[in-house]
Amino acid sequence: MTASASVVSDLGTGSRRLGALKERSRGWLEGLLPTLGAIVLSLLLFGVFVALAGHSPLAVYAAMYRGAFGTWFSVQNSLLRAAPLMLTALCTALPARLGLIVIGGEGALVVGGLAAGAVAIPLAGAPPVVVIPAMMAASMLVGGLWIGAAGALKVLRGVNETISSLLLAYIGIALFNHLVEGPLRDPASLNKPSTPDIGAANMLGNLPGLDVHWGLAFGVVLCLVCQLLMEHSVFGFAARMVGGNPRAARLSGLGVPRLVILTCCIGGAAAGLAGMVEVAAIHGKANASLLAGYGYAGILVAFLANHSALGILPVAVLLGGISASGGLLQRTFGLPDATVNVLQGILFVVLLGSQTYRGRVRLRRSPR
Amino acid sequence: MVQGTLLALAVLAGCKQTEKVEITTTAAAATPAASKPSDALTVGFLYVGSTKDYGYNQAHAEGAKAVKAMPGVKVLEEENVAETVAVQKSMEGMINLDGAQLIFPTSFGYFDPHILTLAAKYPDVTFLHCGGLYTEGKHPKNVGSYFGYIDEAEYVAGTAAGLTTKTNQLGFIAAKPIPQVLRNINAYALGARSVNPKATVSVIFTGDWSLPVKEAEAANSLIDQGVDVLTAHVDSPKVIVEAAERRNVFSTGYHASQAALAPKGYLTGAEWNWEKIYTAYVTKVKSGQPWDHLVRGGLEEGYVKLSPYGEAVSPDARKKADEAKAGLEAGTLVIFKGPLKSNTGAEILAAGVSRGQTDIELEKMDYLVEGVKGSLE
Repeated sequence: MTASASVVSDLGTGSRRLGALKERSRGWLEGLLPTLGAIVLSLLLFGVFVALAGHSPLAVYAAMYRGAFGTWFSVQNSLLRAAPLMLTALCTALPARLGLIVIGGEGALVVGGLAAGAVAIPLAGAPPVVVIPAMMAASMLVGGLWIGAAGALKVLRGVNETISSLLLAYIGIALFNHLVEGPLRDPASLNKPSTPDIGAANMLGNLPGLDVHWGLAFGVVLCLVCQLLMEHSVFGFAARMVGGNPRAARLSGLGVPRLVILTCCIGGAAAGLAGMVEVAAIHGKANASLLAGYGYAGILVAFLANHSALGILPVAVLLGGISASGGLLQRTFGLPDATVNVLQGILFVVLLGSQTYRGRVRLRRSPR
Repeated sequence: MVQGTLLALAVLAGCKQTEKVEITTTAAAATPAASKPSDALTVGFLYVGSTKDYGYNQAHAEGAKAVKAMPGVKVLEEENVAETVAVQKSMEGMINLDGAQLIFPTSFGYFDPHILTLAAKYPDVTFLHCGGLYTEGKHPKNVGSYFGYIDEAEYVAGTAAGLTTKTNQLGFIAAKPIPQVLRNINAYALGARSVNPKATVSVIFTGDWSLPVKEAEAANSLIDQGVDVLTAHVDSPKVIVEAAERRNVFSTGYHASQAALAPKGYLTGAEWNWEKIYTAYVTKVKSGQPWDHLVRGGLEEGYVKLSPYGEAVSPDARKKADEAKAGLEAGTLVIFKGPLKSNTGAEILAAGVSRGQTDIELEKMDYLVEGVKGSLE
C-alpha cells in the first residue's frame, strides 16, 4: 500500500517513475528474501534428517517432487489436499489482521459440516439448486456464529480468543458426536454412525476437466474476495487499524467490537464452508471422518502466509503438495509417515523465525 | 478414525442359524469375480494408524508381512492414512505411480465412499476391504469384503478370564456402543459366566477408537473398583494392558498379541489372523482364479485365533477354555442362545431359541447381556 502510494505521488517525471518502480520491486524482493532463505534452510535441515535416516536427500527430494507436482495426477492430488486448507486458513488469517489469534477452525469446520448434513435431511427430494445453496448457507452461518462467539466473548467480556476458540472446538466436536450418534443418526449406519446420505444428485462433483472437486474453487474465490476485503476496502482498512492499535482505532471512532465480531464471523464462515465441502464433495454425509485435522492444519497455513489472504493460496498448495508426497515416500523409501510432518515442522519454525528478519534484509546499502 | 471393526448388513440370508459349517459356503454364494493372471502382482496395503500399534493396524500389517513373503508379489504399504480424500489419493497413487493391481484398504471407514469411488474409476484393479460390507448387485464387481467372527475368540478369552479372576470382577474398555463392539462385550461376558456364574463385566465406553489417556484413566478406575482382569475393544489395547500389568492385575488382549507388554498378567487374547485371508486372496488374484466377494469365518476357518495362554492361566482354566474353543470350532457351542436376558432385565432370547454365528440379527445388537455392568444410554 505505502509503496504504491509513493508511486502515485511520484508520477512527475519518467525517470523518477522508473526509479520508483525499481525501488518498489527491490522492496518487494527484500520482503521475500527472508522467506526464500527460510525455505532453503528448511530443505537443508530436512536433508540432514533424511541423510541421518539413511537415505539420499536428493533422491528423497526427487521423489517428493514427483509425488507433489511431478505428474498431472500429482498436481491434482496436491490441489485437492490444498482446498480445505485454504478455507480453514482464512479462519485464523482474517482475525489475525485485527490482532486476534483464533485457533478453533476445526470447531467451525465440524459444526459447519454438521449443519450441512442436517439441513439436507428436511430438504430430501428438493432439487440440487435448492439443497446445495441451503447447505452452503447453513454451514457458513453456523461456522460464522461459532467463531463469531469467540470474537464476541473477546470484545464484550474480555475472554482470551485463543483459549475460547479452542474450547469451542472441543464443544463443537462433542456436539457433533452427540448429534451424529444420536438424534441425527441414520438408522442404517450401524457400525459407522452418520447423518443420512444427502443423495448423489446433491454432491458437488468435480471442476470441469479436473479431478478436483468444487471445494478448490470455493477456496480460491474466497481467498481472493478476502484479499480485496482486507487490503482494498474501507472495512479492511479499519480492521487493520484495529490490529495496529485498538485504542487509537477506538479513539478515532471505529466500532471495534463490531469489526472484531464481523471478521471472526467471516473467518468462521470460511471454515464452516470447508465442512460443507467435506460433506457435499466427499463423504455424502456427516460422520467422524470430518475430524481430519484440517482446521488445525489451517492455522499453520495462515501463519506461514503471514495472514495474507492471497498468500494462503501458494502456501496451501505447498502444504498440500508436501502431504501428497508423503505416501510416495512411505512406499518408495519405507520412511515413516511422520517424515513429511518433520519437514512441515522445520518449515514452520524456520519461517516464523525468518519473519523477525523481515525489513532488516537490504539488497543494497541504504543511501542514507 | 473409525476403523474399528465391524460387520454390517451383509447378504447372509438363507443360512440356517446353527449351521456353523455353512459359513464358508455362504461366502461362495455370491458370484465370484476373477482377474487376469499375472506373473508379478503389485499389492497395496493401507492402514488408518501405525503398523506398530499393538492393535488393529498391526494385525493387518502382520497379514501383509505374510503376503510379502510370497514369490512374485511386490507389497506397497502406507500407514496413518486418514479416511478422507487422502485415502483415495493414496490408492490412486499406488495404482498410477506404482502399478498396484490389488489393494487392501484395511480400515472400516475406507469403504464408503472412498473404495466405492475408486472401484468405479479403476475397474481393472481389485479392492478387498475389511468389514464385510459388500452387497451383491449394489457394489462394483471388482470389490470384495471379508471379516472374522472374533466374538468366538472373545468367548474363549472370557472363559479363561472368568476362571482366573479372584474378585469375580472383569473390566471391558470399549470405544463406542456400536453392534460389533457390543457383540464382543457380550460374548466375553457369556464366556466368563459360562464357567463362573458370579463373574461380572464392568464396561466403560471411551467414545472413540484411539484415546490413550482416557483408556488409561478407565483402566485405573476399573482396577480401583476391584476389577482384576482387564480387556478392551479399542484400536490399540496397549496402554490398557500396560496399566493392568503395572497394577498387578490380569489382562486379555484384542486385535493382535499384547503378550510382550504384560509377561506376568497376560492371560490370552482374541486376535485376527488376516494372514490366512490375505495369502488366499493374493494367490487367487495372481493366478486369475475366481475369488469370493464375501469371505467370513471364525475359529474353525482360522480367520481369528487366540494368543497362547500366559503362565497365570491355571491348567483347569486352560482345559475349560480349550473345551469352549473346540465346541465353537465344531459348531456344537452357540454363544447367543436362550434363555438370554439383557442387563436391564428385558428378554432377548426365549428358552430354546438360538442365534448362530451367521444370523443377521446379531449384527443389529443393541443390548448388554445380564452380568454386564454398564449402560448404553
